[in-house]
Amino acid sequence: MIKPQIMYHLAIGKFGHLFVIIAFVSALVAIYGYVKSQFAEKLTQEQMHWKKLARSFFFVHSAAVLGIVFCLYWIILNHYFEYNYAWANSSRSMPTGYVISSFWQNQEGSFLLWIFWNMVLGLILIATSKSWEAPVMAVFATVQAFLTSMILGVIIPGLDLKIGSTPFLLLREAMPHLDVWKIKPDFIPEDGNGLNPLLQNYWMVIHPPTLFLGFASTLIPFSFAIAGLWLKKTNEWIRPALPWSLLSAAVLGLGILMGAYWAYETLNFGGYWAWDPVENTSFVPWVILIAAVHTMIISGKNATALKSSYILAIATFLLVLYSTFMTRSGILGDASVHSFTDLGLSGQLLIYLLTFVLVSIFLLVYRWKSLPSDEEEVSTYSREFWIFIGATVLCLSSFQILATTSIPVYNKIGELFGMAWNLAMPTDPIAHYNKFQLWFYIVVALLTGVGQYFWWKRVSKDNYEALYVPLVLTFIIASIWIYVGEIREISYILLLTAAIFGIISNGAILLNIIKGNYRISGGAITHIGAAMMLIGILFSSGYSKVISLNTSGLMISRSEAFTANDNKENREHIMLWFNKPERMDDYQLTWKDIRIEVRGVKDYVPASWVEMIERDFRAVALRDIEFNGKTYFSRGDTVEIYPDNFYYEIEYRDPKGKIFTLFPRIQINPGMGGIIPSPGLKREWDRDLYTYIAMSLDPTAEPQWSPTETHTVAMRDTFFLNDYVAILENVVRTEEVEGVPLKDTDAAVKAVIRILDKGEEYVMSPTFIIRDNTIGRKAETNKALGLRIQFAEIDPKTGLFTFAVNSTQRDYVVMKAIEMPLINLLWIGTLIVMIGLAIATIRRYGDFVKTRDREEKSKVKVKKPAFDKA
Amino acid sequence: MKKIHILGLIVIAIAVGVIISTAGDASTYVTFSEAEAMTHKGNHSSIHVVGQLTRDAEGNITNMLYRPEIDPNHFEFSLVDNAGTEKKVVYPAPMPQDFDKSEQVVVIGKMEDGYFAAEKILLKCPSKYENDKVEFKEYSAEPAS
Repeated sequence: MIKPQIMYHLAIGKFGHLFVIIAFVSALVAIYGYVKSQFAEKLTQEQMHWKKLARSFFFVHSAAVLGIVFCLYWIILNHYFEYNYAWANSSRSMPTGYVISSFWQNQEGSFLLWIFWNMVLGLILIATSKSWEAPVMAVFATVQAFLTSMILGVIIPGLDLKIGSTPFLLLREAMPHLDVWKIKPDFIPEDGNGLNPLLQNYWMVIHPPTLFLGFASTLIPFSFAIAGLWLKKTNEWIRPALPWSLLSAAVLGLGILMGAYWAYETLNFGGYWAWDPVENTSFVPWVILIAAVHTMIISGKNATALKSSYILAIATFLLVLYSTFMTRSGILGDASVHSFTDLGLSGQLLIYLLTFVLVSIFLLVYRWKSLPSDEEEVSTYSREFWIFIGATVLCLSSFQILATTSIPVYNKIGELFGMAWNLAMPTDPIAHYNKFQLWFYIVVALLTGVGQYFWWKRVSKDNYEALYVPLVLTFIIASIWIYVGEIREISYILLLTAAIFGIISNGAILLNIIKGNYRISGGAITHIGAAMMLIGILFSSGYSKVISLNTSGLMISRSEAFTANDNKENREHIMLWFNKPERMDDYQLTWKDIRIEVRGVKDYVPASWVEMIERDFRAVALRDIEFNGKTYFSRGDTVEIYPDNFYYEIEYRDPKGKIFTLFPRIQINPGMGGIIPSPGLKREWDRDLYTYIAMSLDPTAEPQWSPTETHTVAMRDTFFLNDYVAILENVVRTEEVEGVPLKDTDAAVKAVIRILDKGEEYVMSPTFIIRDNTIGRKAETNKALGLRIQFAEIDPKTGLFTFAVNSTQRDYVVMKAIEMPLINLLWIGTLIVMIGLAIATIRRYGDFVKTRDREEKSKVKVKKPAFDKA
Repeated sequence: MKKIHILGLIVIAIAVGVIISTAGDASTYVTFSEAEAMTHKGNHSSIHVVGQLTRDAEGNITNMLYRPEIDPNHFEFSLVDNAGTEKKVVYPAPMPQDFDKSEQVVVIGKMEDGYFAAEKILLKCPSKYENDKVEFKEYSAEPAS
């Protein structure tokens, strides 16, 4: 076969790079224009001129960003593997949905995603923020200039200084060391490296864009806070910043929870949160942002809250930058598996981070004196006091997480001063974080209720009547729950009671206010959701129960991992032999088959129905692929599969005789250390049944057969095969042999061998074919028995038949099953939080629009008389 | 004293508590001899040891024992820490992929009598495709699948 000459597609990369440069330069011009317009005299021609110029350059910037995105997608979607980015992150076998997500797999692409969202948000702000446009967009354009510089990929001649890393690098530029360039300078790989199969999941298509929209949107409250300091609009910045902060909290929260949900569905550590530094550094800014929203709401009445709002709004964005620095500079290196490798940009990132930290601190300090102070001390009976306490607890919560997550940073700082501190992350992170976080969130849950009662002025000094009913209800429900649920841990009792109080008190408030105006119900709804999340977290992790208890007395593994703690894991795993029912808790389990995923087929397809092609994503159908009367593929068709994934069909029969099937998955993933199990989930309203395969034989490996044993027997003889009793029932003529088309002159016989296992009976029928003067033998394999029988000889003189038998390890899986009670409360709570935040966003945005339009009108009024005179 | 000051004091107290607990819970990178000293003192907390694998002249790893047919969950090797001390490391899980390619190894676990019982292994290995890029891999002692 002559391969067509493949050409390098150089133009698209050059265009892409050009767009990056245009985006960078236009952002710089936009900064200049916006700053100039801010310093120009108000409402003059000059100001309008600068503003127009800045605006047009931001439009140029936006167009250039779209251009970069287009070029990179063009390269990835067309499989231009001469480009490093396409080669490293995509492959021909990936379906389009996952090709889309290979866009943000590497640092450059994820920066680009961030730049893209900032650009979109910037355009919305230009359209909506009116008088705030110049200062806010000046900050925006500055951030965009920094971000685009991260993907600039320019080397300053003479200095040997690399600025940014471009996604448009050719493979030969990215890896000049390879020998192939010497032999063939225009070499293009046939296929790309592909995306890690673990990330080939629909959550990984939507989680990163959501998370990055969340990150990008934290820039808005930051920009308004900076603009407020800059223009001395001490109070006014809150009103436009608040709806955006609420929106940002919703989107960032959703993004984080999507990642958690992916981990729950895909990884097998039995949870959704691993306290990994990358998770932590995205969680911390979110908590701070929530605290900022609370102080912003009370900032009109309380100067301390106003000052805190400045600090928290600024801190949120700086913590996002810090998170970026942590995950991309390689500083986490051996502390997290999620971190990116260092692209040699850590210096640039550090400059970026420090610039924003220093400028913000400088502005804050410079303006601090001009910020108002409270004349009199805030009353303990005021809503401001309780909300402020709540925000403080949230800050403490994030402080603890941040203090621990920053351990690698302390080491680096220590190194700077010539000290080797050699600190490492705590070896038991769950215990470390929980010993503080649990108590913080008990207080938070209580405050959500108390704060709301003070907020709506339902209680005041000497008047707590309104709280009686919710308190009594809380104690009744909590007591029953604690009693029935046998909750004995004091901290859990407190958290549960606090969360129930949060739900009941906010529910009461909600009922009370929703009649008047549903638009103001955001706070109560959000708090109900948050309290539900706390209960979901408490039960799903505190009261998860292993139900795969080993009652067989069989020791599964002698390894230390299984024998440690008085054989804990040996007692908590069960072993299933292929096709042999086994009891687990109330269920009867049978491992039926191994299945695979065929693209375009809704059901999982038994692996034996296809012949997989090695090192390819295609397979040949060995029979018609048919489900529920619908034929998807015919025998002999080439089908596309996901070759790394195997689904173990485990049938459950519950005590009522109802049958359901779970498909826990294992994935052959050498890049992640071998075999990665993913759980199969059975969702019920009050619990999840979470099962995963802890051990199995390699599904891709051929079985290891024992040396051949021959048995010569007469009809109706009984003989022993391995441990089983076998009876040669009959030898009959057959007209059909599967897989072997018979001719008229052929003769074929099959043996009928009955094999008895404990309580089960199997029939195996090897065949013996005579064609012309040759003999064909078709063996039969039975996986459940681990046997292969070949019909070796027929002796017509003695009437004896000879069978050649091989045996192998009977196929088994070792499984763990865990019940996760009330985990749905976590997911439902999350959704309710999002709904509440959305309602609050809409309400606060309405407030902002009203004030803005009033301001604009008053401006027009001033101008109008002048026109009239002319 | 104003309420805000009392509140401030409480916040500071909790923050100090957080810092102390972080310092207390933080594990450390130590050498084998320090690890042994810790065990002797009765300190059995998990520690990190960084080291290199022992190799012969051809660059093959020496003193490595892994026989999956006997026990797939028993893996032994020798590690030379940064102070030059060599110790046997026992890892109750299958040999991690690319183990032989790694330059630097971090083992997390406890010093036992004469050997280091690893719960987790972190590998720093040169990427398969690039000579100048380094990728990190983490392995936990999970039983063979």
